[in-house]
Amino acid sequence: MNGLTFDIAHLLAGSLVLISFMMLYQDRLFALINVFALHAVVLALSVAWQAYIQDAHHLYITAAIALVFKAIVIPVGLHRIIQRLGIHRDIETAVGIGLTMLAGIGLVTLSMVLMLRVTPEADPLAREDLAFALSIILLGLLVMVTRRNAVSQVVGFMSLENGLVLAATGAKGMPLVVEISVAFSILIAFIVIGVFLFRIRERFDSVDIGALDDYRGERR
Amino acid sequence: MNSTVPLLLCGPAAFLATAIMAAAASRLAAATRLVYGATLVISAVLLATAAGHLAGNPGEASATLPLGLPWTGARFRLDGLSAFFLVVVNLGGTITSLYGLGYGRHESQPHRVLPFYPAFLAGMNLVVLANDAFSFLLSWEFMSLASWALVMAHHRDEANRRAGYIYLVMASFGTMALLLAFGLLAGPAGTYAFDAMRTAHPGPFAAGAVLVLMLLGAGSKAGLVPLHAWLPLAHPAAPSHVSALMSGIMTKVALYGFVRVVFDLLGEPAWWSGVAVLLIGGVTAVLGILHALMEKDLKRLLAYSTIENIGVIFASLGLALAFKANGMPSAAALAFTAALFHVLNHSFFKSLLFFGAGAVLTATGERDMEKLGGLIHRLPVTSFVFLIGCVSISALPPFNGFASEWLVFQAILRSPELPQWGLKVMVPAVGGMLALSAALAAACFVKAFGITFLGRARSVAVERAHEVDRWSLAAMAVLAAFCLLAGILPGFVIDSLSTVTLPLVGERMPVQMAQPWLSIVPIAESRSSYNGLLVFVFITISASLAAFFIHRFASHALRRGIAWGCGFTDAVPAAQYTAVSFAQPIRRVFGGFAFRSRETVKMPAPGALEPARLKVEMHDVAWEVFYQPITGAIGFATERLNQLQFLTIRRYLTLVFLYLIILLLVLALWP
Repeated sequence: MNGLTFDIAHLLAGSLVLISFMMLYQDRLFALINVFALHAVVLALSVAWQAYIQDAHHLYITAAIALVFKAIVIPVGLHRIIQRLGIHRDIETAVGIGLTMLAGIGLVTLSMVLMLRVTPEADPLAREDLAFALSIILLGLLVMVTRRNAVSQVVGFMSLENGLVLAATGAKGMPLVVEISVAFSILIAFIVIGVFLFRIRERFDSVDIGALDDYRGERR
Repeated sequence: MNSTVPLLLCGPAAFLATAIMAAAASRLAAATRLVYGATLVISAVLLATAAGHLAGNPGEASATLPLGLPWTGARFRLDGLSAFFLVVVNLGGTITSLYGLGYGRHESQPHRVLPFYPAFLAGMNLVVLANDAFSFLLSWEFMSLASWALVMAHHRDEANRRAGYIYLVMASFGTMALLLAFGLLAGPAGTYAFDAMRTAHPGPFAAGAVLVLMLLGAGSKAGLVPLHAWLPLAHPAAPSHVSALMSGIMTKVALYGFVRVVFDLLGEPAWWSGVAVLLIGGVTAVLGILHALMEKDLKRLLAYSTIENIGVIFASLGLALAFKANGMPSAAALAFTAALFHVLNHSFFKSLLFFGAGAVLTATGERDMEKLGGLIHRLPVTSFVFLIGCVSISALPPFNGFASEWLVFQAILRSPELPQWGLKVMVPAVGGMLALSAALAAACFVKAFGITFLGRARSVAVERAHEVDRWSLAAMAVLAAFCLLAGILPGFVIDSLSTVTLPLVGERMPVQMAQPWLSIVPIAESRSSYNGLLVFVFITISASLAAFFIHRFASHALRRGIAWGCGFTDAVPAAQYTAVSFAQPIRRVFGGFAFRSRETVKMPAPGALEPARLKVEMHDVAWEVFYQPITGAIGFATERLNQLQFLTIRRYLTLVFLYLIILLLVLALWP
């Protein structure tokens, strides 16, 4: 393995983790979506680099899908939704930022320790990629858990999926069909969630999921 | 490949075809006759094939169908053990179908019984033939579900619904235990064929776990205490001929499962496995018959008595295990033969007694013994065959019950040769328990017969009763004849069982047909022998002589007068001896620990006119000690967990997230 190719792959995957951290402390929705778009761009770069070093041309298609859908279509769609819902001025009361960041650091440590321990005989690039991918997945889950707004939960879910794509491309030999179908299922999930957002909005005048709980008559 | 197994597999297939036909045509008037006629013919063919295999002893045959699990297929096999149990199942099936030809006509909702009856028979046949864990469990569950449907045949009755529910819960519990047992037997390689399990010997810990799981799984189906709670509820709830099948035959299929795994698949047993089985068997026998004695519902009494007989059989199997583990094959063969012989005998007399109870139910519409009485005048044939059943189950010579229980006690008498002190002390103690249960069984069936058939009629329904139809009577007469034949010619049965005992315990009992005068000799003639035929002849001759002398010399001296009524001028039938009063002395002796019974007498004040009252309070200890805490714990847990159903979306996400983190942490910290 050439030192430079490894370093670049490492750099790109590491930047994905870093951008996931950036998502954790965005308390405005537009900012969050912009960071998510950045996340998707870096993912596309990372996948394209993998395609180049693995000489696997189908991965370019994956990169293109990531770029088109996740960096352009979905952020633009989410922007529009937010504008139509008129919630672009909302400030999310996330769980305290310091606490969230600390939890995020803990999660990254956990995934590093775990992945480096269970894959000692794998190819070093794949090992690093898997460890980063698990961190991104866990950080995406953390975003979902700490947010109350449905839109930001969607963003958390999408960034989690980015982690999955990173893991899939890092491991050699993942068939293209699987990646394409995952990408499309994400798109469909996005559409379904978008429709639901509007339905929720119509019904409760808010996309704060707390309203759903109030509707069910539950305390929080 | 031998063609016997495919031929035998056609039987269950034909049963299933009959079931489908019955489901389609069950509302036709002729359906009852058609279905029972078909099952009669199919069972008879299967019986003949299996009996031919058992008698001809051509070794074993197997077949694999391309169904079921991949790489395993659906395997079926016929060896001595399955042939013997096929005989038991199909003999029961044949005679029950004969009985059903008559009894089924009184069924108010035949479409709830007819489709499931052949399916039930098919399930039992398949369990006995199965040769891999998957087919076994599938057939086992099929058998359970078909019998559950039959229990629920009269589901409008609240008590039947409760019985069905408890049966379903216990059956799933039992199957879960069996599933785990087969999982352990299959080992890490996951070989689910019995042939592979037979060669792979599990370690001592796994073998112990398999034994316990089999006791739970097969024991819950057979009715071992304390897993018996469903049995006295479910068996009587079904129509009487199905009760006979469930009590007489299905419990035997459960025993087959136990024997197949513990004696065949598990390999060499440890000596303590015998202790566990013996002790559970002894306790089951005593508690079963004590419950039967306290019962006044005729069919529930019979169901409890089934528990007692299962206890006797398990105790005998435990003895066989202990002898086998200590390298005493001849004693093991004796105990094992005794158990199998009792299996056959119990299937005879328990079916007979349930048929009798069904006949009484048809004739009077009553199951409560306190409302019967005096039926010997109304149902002379039924009462005669029922008497034969009672005598057989009470283990009185010359009938079959005596022959097999005598063999059990002969096996117990060989216990001093065992090396372990635990067994030396334990076996005679269990022997004492079995003797006690045999005596109590006699008392129980004196009560069952006496209160039901003797005395004066306690209700109007009894006075209007008529003898039942010929089919039912024929079925009962055939069984009564079998009871007598197996009692006076036990050597024939014992010799046919050698095919079964030889591969499983490595020895057989001495050849009985070679003994002079049809005696049976368990070990050697110098030690003990029994001749049922001689006892029968002696009893017949002495009874005939006594009858002759009484009629010749005493009858003409008879003077008829008005019976002295002890000062009561019009004795109402309700003032007769009742089932409860018959059982009172025994309740006073054993009730304290077995039922936590308490009697309170409330005397009226002097001069007051209200009657004195005797109130008896009894508890089902097994129910209170084992079942109520479990249901309570489940209720408590579900009450607490119920709150999980009303969390917010974020909390659900958080729970999933935390669980994932915990799993990852465990993985990271795992050494």
